[in-house]
Amino acid sequence: MLEIKCPYCGKRSQNEFSYGGDGNIKRPALGAEISTKDWDDFVYFRDNPRGRHTELWHHVSGCRQWFKASRDTATHEIFSTCKMNEDFNE
Amino acid sequence: MSNQYRTSNSKGLINKEKIINFTFNGSSYQGYEGDTLASALIANGVHLIGRSFKYHRPRGFLGVGVEEPNAMVQLHEGDRSEPNIMATEVELVEGLKAKSQNCWPSVKFDIGEINNLLNRFFPAGFYYKTFMWPKSFWFKVYEPIIRKAAGMGVAPLSPDPDRYEHNYEHCDVLVVGSGPSGLSSALAAAKNGARVILAEDKAHFGGSLLNDDVTIGNMSGREWASDVISQLKSMPNVVVKNRSQVFGYYDHNMTVMFERVSDHIENPSKYTPRQRLHYIRAGEVIVSTGSIERPISFGNNDRPGIFLSSAAREYMKVYETLVGKKPIIFTNNDSAYATALEFLRNDIKPIIVDTRDSSEGQLVKEVQGHGIAVRFNSGVANTKGHLKIKSATIGTLDGQKENFISLEEVECDCICMSGGWTPTVHLSSQAGNKLKFNEDIDAYVPDKKRQKETAIGSANGAFTLNQSLAEGFQVGFELSNKFTSNNIKTDVPTSNEPDQKPHEKLWCMPLPNGQKPKRFIDFQNDVAVSDVELALREGFRSIEHVKRYTTLGMAGDQGKTSNLNGLQYVSNIEKKIVPEVGHTTFRPPYTPVTIGTIVGREVGNHYLPTRKTPIHTWHEEHNAVFVAVGLWVRPRYYPRGTETMNDAVNREAANVRKNVGICDVTTLGKIDIKGPDAPEFLNRVYTNAWLKLPVGKARYGVMLREDGMVFDDGTTSRLSENHFHMTTTTAQAANVLSHLEYYLQVVWPDLDVNVLSTTEQWAGIAIAGPKSRELLAKLFPSIDVSNESLPFMGLVDAKLGDIPARIYRISFSGELAYEVNVESNYGLHLWKKIMETGSEFGVQPYGTEALATLRIEMGHVAGPELDGRTIPYDIGLNGMVSQNKDFIGKRSLSKDAFISEDRQTIVGLVPVDKKSKIPEGSHLVVDDKAPTPIPKLGHVSSSCWSVEYNNPFSIAILKDGKKQIGKKLIAVCPLKDISVPVEVVSSHYVDPKGERVRS
Ligand SMILES: [Zn+2]
Repeated sequence: MLEIKCPYCGKRSQNEFSYGGDGNIKRPALGAEISTKDWDDFVYFRDNPRGRHTELWHHVSGCRQWFKASRDTATHEIFSTCKMNEDFNE
Repeated sequence: MSNQYRTSNSKGLINKEKIINFTFNGSSYQGYEGDTLASALIANGVHLIGRSFKYHRPRGFLGVGVEEPNAMVQLHEGDRSEPNIMATEVELVEGLKAKSQNCWPSVKFDIGEINNLLNRFFPAGFYYKTFMWPKSFWFKVYEPIIRKAAGMGVAPLSPDPDRYEHNYEHCDVLVVGSGPSGLSSALAAAKNGARVILAEDKAHFGGSLLNDDVTIGNMSGREWASDVISQLKSMPNVVVKNRSQVFGYYDHNMTVMFERVSDHIENPSKYTPRQRLHYIRAGEVIVSTGSIERPISFGNNDRPGIFLSSAAREYMKVYETLVGKKPIIFTNNDSAYATALEFLRNDIKPIIVDTRDSSEGQLVKEVQGHGIAVRFNSGVANTKGHLKIKSATIGTLDGQKENFISLEEVECDCICMSGGWTPTVHLSSQAGNKLKFNEDIDAYVPDKKRQKETAIGSANGAFTLNQSLAEGFQVGFELSNKFTSNNIKTDVPTSNEPDQKPHEKLWCMPLPNGQKPKRFIDFQNDVAVSDVELALREGFRSIEHVKRYTTLGMAGDQGKTSNLNGLQYVSNIEKKIVPEVGHTTFRPPYTPVTIGTIVGREVGNHYLPTRKTPIHTWHEEHNAVFVAVGLWVRPRYYPRGTETMNDAVNREAANVRKNVGICDVTTLGKIDIKGPDAPEFLNRVYTNAWLKLPVGKARYGVMLREDGMVFDDGTTSRLSENHFHMTTTTAQAANVLSHLEYYLQVVWPDLDVNVLSTTEQWAGIAIAGPKSRELLAKLFPSIDVSNESLPFMGLVDAKLGDIPARIYRISFSGELAYEVNVESNYGLHLWKKIMETGSEFGVQPYGTEALATLRIEMGHVAGPELDGRTIPYDIGLNGMVSQNKDFIGKRSLSKDAFISEDRQTIVGLVPVDKKSKIPEGSHLVVDDKAPTPIPKLGHVSSSCWSVEYNNPFSIAILKDGKKQIGKKLIAVCPLKDISVPVEVVSSHYVDPKGERVRS
C-alpha cells in the first residue's frame, strides 16, 4: 500500500485515495472544432510509460481535492505531489 | 511411560511443574507448559507425524520453527479445525487435539505409499507429462485421483467462530527478529529516542542467544537478551511483540505482521482476538531475521528422526527434549559441534561425521576433549528404518569427495545434520533488494536496497556474535538519528564466543555403490536430486523453469531449507557458480497466515458499511423485506399476511396507480451546488439547457461520460439565482460527486462553483398516485398545491408544523407525484405523518420492487438501461440532447457508429401468451432453434408484471428497435432454459403521452 502526500492534508495511506489517470491529458476546449482522431486520442488513448509518470489522484476519503503526483510506475516511488494549479517542486 | 525423551542437564524454558494434556491421532500425551506440539511429541518419542506430499513417505520433524517442511498437522476439530499447521509453531495448550494429514487410512499404514514404490511414474514434471492424454480424462479421472492422493489438510466447512482484528501502526524503526543483532539495534534506536517496534516470531525473545553458549558483558547470552527485553519494555517509545511474524514487506515501507494473540491461552476472555494483523508503516526497517540451517542431501535423508543440527540443539536447550539417545552428527562445518556438546552435557555420546579433512575450531577441540573420535573426510550415504531411522550407512570419501571408498552400517536413532547457514533474506528481497552471492558463506545476502530497509547480523551474512552486536548497535543508532536529534550512542558490550573454522562446500553426498536411494532436496514438495538432474537433462536451464518443472521450493515453506541446495546442485551439474544460475523470487507471505487474520473483522455484515435511512425502523416494524442497494438497505416490499412477493408488489404498485403510495427515496444522491457559475457548470455537465431554468423550478437532466455513454440522470432544481439542488441515482451518487469535482478542480478551475454532498442531510419521501394532491393538501394546509400554483416540475418551501420542508413536484412512477424533503432527523416523523394523514386516501408504502414496476410500465430508464453501453439515442432520450451548446461527451455523439440508423434502441416487450414472464437478461432472437451461434438482436433489461394491463411487460434494448415494433421475436434465457415468444411494442406502455404527471 502506497503512502501518498496529499498537498492539502499531508501523508496518508493509499486507501484514502482514488487514482485519476494520466495527469497530462488536456480536455479539448468546449465548442472547439476537433477531428474524430484527436477526440479519440483524448478519450481513449493513453501512454503507458515504464518509469516516471504524471498522474492525478483524488483524496476521496479526505479533503476531496484532486491533485498531481509524479510517480515511477515501475518502482512506485512518488517523487513529488502538488496542487492542480502548481508545478512539481523538485 | 511419558516424557522419556527429556534431557537430564539442559536448562530450558519450560515449566515442568505444569503438565499439559493433549492428543495426537487420538492418543493422549502429556507435555509441559512452554512446550510446542513438536517438542512435546518428540519428548514422548513420537516422530512419525505425517506422509509426504507426492510419495507418501513417512515423515517426522526436520526443524524447530518456521523452517519446518514436514511436520504439518490438522489442529482442533469442528468449525475450529485448521489444516497445514507446522507442529513446531504450535504452543501446547491444555486439551489440544492434533492429527496427521495426507495419510489414509492411518499414518502408519498409508495406501498412498504405493506411490513411493511406483515413483518412476512421479518424476519431475509428472503433472505436465503423465496426465495430458486423453484430454477428457483430466476432469473425470486424473484430477480427482490426484486431489485425493496429494491433498494436504481438510478445510472446515462451517464459518470460523473466532475473532480476528486489524491494527494500524506507525513507527520510526521496526526491528524484525530479536536475536543478538535485533536486540542491539532496537536498544540503540530506542535509547536514542526513536519510536521502535520489535517483533519476534517465537514466544521467547533472544533468537540464537537462547541456544548458543556465549557471554555478553558479564552475562550469558540468554541473560543479556532478557535484560535488554526488560529495558525495552520499560521504555514508553518502544513496543515489544512476541509471537509476531512480519511476513510481508510492501511498497513505501508498509510491512504486515501477524500476531498469535490467544492461540496459546487455554481460555481466552470473550473479546480477545485469536490473531491480529498489524499494518506497520515504518520509517526504517531493520531486518534481523537471522539464518536457517541448510540440510545435506544423502540417501533416504527424509526419514523420521533426521533433524537439522540446530533444531536438535534448540529442542535440548529450550525445550529440554532429546531428539534421540543414539545420535549421529553429520556436518560440513563447526556449528554442529555445539549440538554435540549439548548431547555430551546430557551424558550422550554422539557419533560425529564431518565431510572436511580436519578442523581446528574451538568447538571441535572441545568435543574431541571429551574423548570423541571425529570421523573426518566422511559422509552419510544412506539410512534405514521404515517409520523411524534405525541405522545409517557411513562411509569415507575419496579425494575428490565424489565417491565413497568404504561403507559401514551403524545403529542410530537420530541424525543431526548441518550444511551451514542460509541468511533469511526474504523480507529484504520482498522489499526489492537485489541480492548478491557471498562466496565466503555460499549464500545470498541483501545488497542494493530499493526501500528503507537494512539487513544486519546473520540475515546479512554476519555469522559471529561480535559482528552481529557491532552491526546492531551501529545501525540502530544511525537509523534512529534520522528521526531524533538526541545523538545518544549506546556502547557495544564485549562478547565472547567460540571461534569457528570455515565450512566445506559440499551439500550432496555421492550415492553408495550400486544403490539409488532418493536424496531429497525439498522435503515438503518431495523433490530429490534425481528430479533436478532429470529437469536439466530435459533441457530446462533457467532456474525459474527448473523450479516450476520440479516444483522445487514451491511448497508452503517457500524453500526455506531447499532453495540454496537446489541452486547449488544445478550449478554443480552446469559447472557454473551459483550467482550465474541466479535465484528465484521471494514473495509474501514469509510464513503461512490464516485467512481469518487477513479478513479481520470484515466478515458478514461488517464486510461493507451498512447505510440505513432515518425511516428504517418504521420499515422494520412494518414487516418490510429488505434489499441491498449499493451500501444502502432499502425496503423491497411490505408483505401482508400470507402474501407472496408477487402479491405484495402488485398490490403496492396497483395502489399507486389507483390511490396513493409512498416510498422512502432518501437514498437518492443529493448534491448542493452553489456559485455564480453554477448554471454554466450544469450546462456543461448535462446534455440539455440549464441557463434559463427559472428559480423555483426543477428539470430532468442527463449526463454523459466523455465517450458519449449515459453516465447518470436525475432532477435538479434551482433554489435561488446561484444555488441548485442536484439529485442522482442511488448507485452513482458517489461517482457523480467525484465527476463534478474533477471537472471543477482539474478541467475548468476558472468556474466559481462549489459542490457538496447532502445525501445524508435530507430525508426524501415520494408521494405518488392520483390521490397524492389531496393527501399533500391535507398535510400542508397552508400551501396551495393546485396544478396552477405547483405545476409539474415546480417546487415550494413549506412547513410541517415547525419543521422546514421542501416539496418538489416530480415523478418517477409516471403518476401525479411529489417528493417531500425534510432534514434527516425529521424523516421518520414526516413518514408517520403522511401515513396518518393519508389513511383516508388509502395510502400504502411501496418498496423498490413496486417502484421498478411503475417505472418499467412507463418506459422510464434506470440502472439496467444506463449500463454504460447506451447513448441518449438508444434509450429514447435524444430529445434531451441540446444542439445549441457543447457539453461533456457531446463530440462522441457525432461519431459514425453513434449516428448509425440501426443502433440498438429501447422498446417494450409483451409475451405473446400474455402470461409467461420474460427473464431479465434474456437474449432476443428471431429463431431460437437456428444453428448456433444464433444472431442476437438485443437483450431484455428490465421486467415486471404490468399492474395496468395485468400481464408481463419488459423493456429491452433491441437492434434497430423502432422499426421492430409489432414484430414477433423470441426471448431466450439459456441460464434458466426458458424461451418466450414476445411481441415488440413501444417502451411507453402506460400513459404514453405523459398526461398523468401533469394532471
Ligand atoms: Zn487531502
